[in-house]
Amino acid sequence: MSTQVFYFVATLSIIFSLMVIFAKNPIHSVLYLILTFFTFTVHYVLLNAQFLAVVNFIVYMGAIMVLFLFVLMLLNLNKETEPVKSPLIKIVGVIAGCCLIVTLVGSFKAATITSPLILKNPGLGLVENLGKELFGPFLLPFELSSLLLLAAMVGAVLLSKRDEVEI
Amino acid sequence: MDTGFIIEKFILVAVIFGISLVIAMYSTYAERKVAAYLQDRLGPDRAGPFGILQPLADGVKMFMKEEIIPTTSNKWLFIVGPGLALLCACIGTAVIPWGSPMEIGGKIVPLQVADINVGVLYIFGVVSLGVYGVMIGGWASNNKYSLLSAIRAASQNISYEIAMGLSIIALLLMTNTLSLKTIVEQQHGLNWNVWYQPLGFLIFMICSFAETNRAPFDLPECETELIGGYHTEYSSMKLGFYLFAEYINMFVSSAVMATLYFGGYNYPGMDYMATLLGPTWAPLFGVGVFFFKIVFFIFFFMWVRWTIPRFRYDQLMNLGWKGLIPLAIANIIITGVVIAIIEKF
Repeated sequence: MSTQVFYFVATLSIIFSLMVIFAKNPIHSVLYLILTFFTFTVHYVLLNAQFLAVVNFIVYMGAIMVLFLFVLMLLNLNKETEPVKSPLIKIVGVIAGCCLIVTLVGSFKAATITSPLILKNPGLGLVENLGKELFGPFLLPFELSSLLLLAAMVGAVLLSKRDEVEI
Repeated sequence: MDTGFIIEKFILVAVIFGISLVIAMYSTYAERKVAAYLQDRLGPDRAGPFGILQPLADGVKMFMKEEIIPTTSNKWLFIVGPGLALLCACIGTAVIPWGSPMEIGGKIVPLQVADINVGVLYIFGVVSLGVYGVMIGGWASNNKYSLLSAIRAASQNISYEIAMGLSIIALLLMTNTLSLKTIVEQQHGLNWNVWYQPLGFLIFMICSFAETNRAPFDLPECETELIGGYHTEYSSMKLGFYLFAEYINMFVSSAVMATLYFGGYNYPGMDYMATLLGPTWAPLFGVGVFFFKIVFFIFFFMWVRWTIPRFRYDQLMNLGWKGLIPLAIANIIITGVVIAIIEKF
């Protein structure tokens, strides 16, 4: 049952993430990206990581993507204002794409199909266990990453305040 | 998963869905009556006794009106917008415990659709998703007033979500669980969380007003500046969906406030009532008490709407970022220190 659900949702995630790239309208791209994140939430639930699922739901779908949409709605994106890409960039893009395909084929060749839903420690994603892991063995990295976020926040505030001081 | 389980849950979902729609319907009537009372008028009184059939007349009007989709709009997203708004409003009811487990014909039936162990966060996720209905509808209308409204809604929701989350953290420090069922069970009798977290409750309530786009924070649909806000271009039942979503949101956030801070279905003297009424009727009485609390909060929402004038946009942002967030952080620190002291002695 859950294996079939996994394959169904995995197919959906691939389709939606392709639509993110192929959609002409940037707003549509963002909406497809939201759908992609929603399928990721389902993946987390399938892995019994309910906390991660809900946090992915709140943070990525509920906050970050709202800000993406917010910014894109403010930008008046028309076809005329879109910069015309030079042929050189297109050639470079084709070469980079081919390199990616070679890498992907190489890695797929090494991979074998395994059962997607066997977990070594099925309870790891629940709130209590995750909290004990984060505040036990991984306390230092956890606190360091929070410092990193704080630094980013202070930087953002500083950047937005800088013009005001000069005037 | 046996068939009985599925049927039981299906009936429960259908009943809750029906009740939320009926309450949303009669909220429109109640809102007019409350407004009329506060402004010393009569309010609707033509359709049926005391105007009690007014919501039905409004519903028929909504269905019968002409459906207009502007030619310059983005057609699919224009339709998706109101649908998403109503969907996000309705799915919040899934984790709320409506009553203590009830005995029907020798079988214990929990009066909650799903007791997931991250219930509080689920509610929070649904709330944060609710803004997409407004944003998508506002953008797809291709009208500058709708777009401005969508942008206002987005920034307002993001800002107040932070303060809301912080006020919940202080509560979670006390309850030690994210499951709404356990949180309600801890508030047995009159042991409600609001006595321990008055400041947290105040912040949470103000943020719920902002998240449901209700006055005094109804800037996304501010008529004096934005015509009708995000639903300027909408007509017929699509407009009805937006209005309905607002009332269902109000119902759900009233239920969440009653669950988290006002004891849910708990009331003083419930043990005595349990022995008096037996295991079938006592939980139903609890459900009645819970709905009484919900109706009180809905009334409170309306009371505030017709009493306090709308905020200006910069006042809204100042209140959110410079008022509520520091207060909520102070609340977390105080709660944490007090809990640490209590645990030490």
